[in-house]
Amino acid sequence: MPEITRHDVLVIGGGLAGLRAAVAIHDAGHDVAVLSKVYPIRSHSGAAQGGVNASLGNHPEGHDDSWEKHAFDTIKGSDYLADQPRAEILAQDAPARVIEMEHWGAYFSRFPDGRIAQRPFGGAGFPRTCYAADRTGHQLLHTLWEQCIKRGITFLNEWFITRFVTSGGRVVGAVAMHVPSGELAAFGADATVLAGGGYGRVFAKTTNAYINTGSATAAAYIAGARLEDAEFVQFHPTTLFGTNILISEGVRGEGGHLANAEGNRFMDRYAPSVMELAPRDIVARAIQTEIDEGRGFEGGYVHLDIRHLGADVIMSRLPGIRQIAMDFAGVDPIETPIPVQPGQHYSMGGLSCDEDGATDVPGLLACGECSCVSVHGSNRLGGNSLLETLVFGKRAGDRAAGLVGGGSASDGALSAALEDARRSIAALKSRGGRERQDAVRREMQSVMTEKVGLFREERPLAGAVDAIAGLKERHRNVSLANTGEPFNYDLIDTLELGGMLELAHVTAAGALARTESRGSHWRTDHPARNDDDWLKHTMATHVEGGEPAIGYEDVIITSYEPMERKY
Amino acid sequence: MAKTARTFRIRRYDPAEDAAPSYREYVIDVPEGMTVLEALIRIQAEQDGTLAFRYACRGAVCGSCAMAIDGVVRLACRTQVRGLEGETVTVDPLPNLEVVKDLVVDMDSFFEKDFAVEPWLQPAEPAPERERPVSPDDWTEAEPYTNCILCASCHGVCPVAARDPEYLGPAALAKHYRFLADARDGAGEKRLKLVDSEAGVWGCDVVWSCSKICPKGVRPTKGILATRERVKP
Ligand SMILES: Cc1cc2nc3c(=O)[nH]c(=O)nc-3n(C[C@H](O)[C@H](O)[C@H](O)COP(=O)(O)OP(=O)(O)OC[C@H]3O[C@@H](n4cnc5c(N)ncnc54)[C@H](O)[C@@H]3O)c2cc1C
Ligand code: FES
Repeated sequence: MPEITRHDVLVIGGGLAGLRAAVAIHDAGHDVAVLSKVYPIRSHSGAAQGGVNASLGNHPEGHDDSWEKHAFDTIKGSDYLADQPRAEILAQDAPARVIEMEHWGAYFSRFPDGRIAQRPFGGAGFPRTCYAADRTGHQLLHTLWEQCIKRGITFLNEWFITRFVTSGGRVVGAVAMHVPSGELAAFGADATVLAGGGYGRVFAKTTNAYINTGSATAAAYIAGARLEDAEFVQFHPTTLFGTNILISEGVRGEGGHLANAEGNRFMDRYAPSVMELAPRDIVARAIQTEIDEGRGFEGGYVHLDIRHLGADVIMSRLPGIRQIAMDFAGVDPIETPIPVQPGQHYSMGGLSCDEDGATDVPGLLACGECSCVSVHGSNRLGGNSLLETLVFGKRAGDRAAGLVGGGSASDGALSAALEDARRSIAALKSRGGRERQDAVRREMQSVMTEKVGLFREERPLAGAVDAIAGLKERHRNVSLANTGEPFNYDLIDTLELGGMLELAHVTAAGALARTESRGSHWRTDHPARNDDDWLKHTMATHVEGGEPAIGYEDVIITSYEPMERKY
Repeated sequence: MAKTARTFRIRRYDPAEDAAPSYREYVIDVPEGMTVLEALIRIQAEQDGTLAFRYACRGAVCGSCAMAIDGVVRLACRTQVRGLEGETVTVDPLPNLEVVKDLVVDMDSFFEKDFAVEPWLQPAEPAPERERPVSPDDWTEAEPYTNCILCASCHGVCPVAARDPEYLGPAALAKHYRFLADARDGAGEKRLKLVDSEAGVWGCDVVWSCSKICPKGVRPTKGILATRERVKP
């Protein structure tokens, strides 16, 4: 690879959001390259199971569905923190984006009449979640990748971005490292689209892939883009004890029971009318309470029992879940309950951007889970984030296409950034000392899970902010055990950890400041929603070497007055 | 929790540095539930940062981590160490693809074969306003083939791929059949020409090793035989 390469648009991230943006840019007639630290089909989008929302009205009970109802459900689900015109765009564009995926080949499940099948999902008034068995993300991701291959779009596979290049206040490209060789190169572009995904690995227990560190998001934050609403983190109630692989809501939908170590079906004490089918946040807090109060099993889990459904139902309706339980927990749910505990699942917050992906920094756009548009507010509905990648991936791509020709950087800015990146990596490699990145990482993860998790309170949160600041200090002293070039994961992990600590810091600081409970953010010391003081977005700005600077911005409220979120 | 020590015997090779591959041994404690992938990550973090292997999801969905474990091709993230017999676990890279380093093999050449079968829908008619309807009966034929995660396990056990680098291989041919059998596709004749050759469906030995090894239950051999039926005049 030459030291400096140029494209009209550089897309960073090869998940659904990045690939959808790339298709849009290509179809607008521009040259686009997709840079990703893993081959695009390895991206975490492929792990999504349940489905993608669109008010197609295909379900027998869904004829009266409409995009307006979808928008309302999204806004209510967000606990009124979503920016309403943007949630409307999400719902309005949904049918076109989903149908387009079907036209491109995505293999959706079908109703007997041949139309795309839709299933009910939590928080939705109608069954509007389109699905492909329990592998929706896989189907969409492979289809979009194939569409990119068909178009001859350039891929920079296994390139890891270390920083954005700015010139005159504009992002003009990025510096990246080729993972197999360790080589560094600069990529210049008129516009750069970041689609770097979620950052669940900041927590110890997460359904997210190992690669979901958010390091590219942190790089954008360091380059001047603000982070919005990072304190809103969705925890899924049922993740497999041990690996925290997702055990889908469908298991409870089919009739699964939750039981504590005393053998009691404890949901009768938390949500007696709906029991296990209560909303995600309520079930997650119930399970965590059982564990915290000593009624969990050793190690901290409860049982998800489906034995009473019988082998036939389990084999026909939940084959994937049975496989996961057998492969990863060594239990066959036909005979033994599944050990589950809550785990981090989704980041509602991210890089602040408008409905076309424009961030605070000219030349830089964001889409997908790394962004905050904001359509999910304080709580995302299942099936809305795959949708977000398609709707806002396309819109960010269209906007980026419109920026082509608007001036890119001189070679000077790119080569200076490249030189600087080389120097800092050389300095890291020559650093002495005993501090190891994996020890710092593990500590960050346990601080975040214990103190910035499902239940939050002032003192532990303040402790977490301090602890993260201390870990940042320790990170500056990390030295490498491997100073080689090819596949140097020690180096990459160390670089990623720096970014993860930035995101952890913002998440903890935002959670400490927000003295109310809303959606996923539950303060035991402030258990009520407080619209008078807190109907606003948290905005964090990076301050070199210091605490994130936290400010606030109004929520855009147009059609729907905030009401109590009751189901 | 009981712990037991296990020895991992891992094939190491850096073509830029080493004259030939060699095995290196690492001893680690293996708690209940540890997968081979977790073991490799632990070895890399605690004993040898130069060990190279690929992973992403840790949940058997992304297709990154196929390798030969005790001589059997499997996904490292789905393989429980305690489920393996013997004191020593031997780990080799996926066969039939060039080694880039240690357990990392060249996937580009594998993906090129996939691209050669034009893996995108080519309908005969322009797109309608809504979805193209597919009856559940028509849907069933291609569906199993859509589950391929391109992990290349099948390629690693294919005897034809082992001797003929030109052979498209089970994954690409399964992908080919996925589109051939898709009720919405209209490029049947053209598609058949893409694989009507020794490098295509006629190269298969029909020993079903790919179909037995697939972690996602795809049966490339079945698709290959069905394609042969269609190619015959
Ligand atoms: C287990 C699970 C199940 C889910 N199920 C559903 C569901 O049923 N419905 C739903 O709507 N949502 C679901 N979600 C959420 C949804 O899948 C994600 O929010 C969405 O797929 C994110 O897509 P993305 O394109 O933004 O990011 P990703 O798919 O995560 O892609 C991120 C990309 O960025 C690249 N990248 C990151 N950092 C760097 C760097 N430093 N340098 C270079 N490249 C980099 C990565 O290589 C990757 O290609 C689920 C999530 C999980 C964890
Ligand atoms: S790490 Fe994804 S399949 Fe093993």
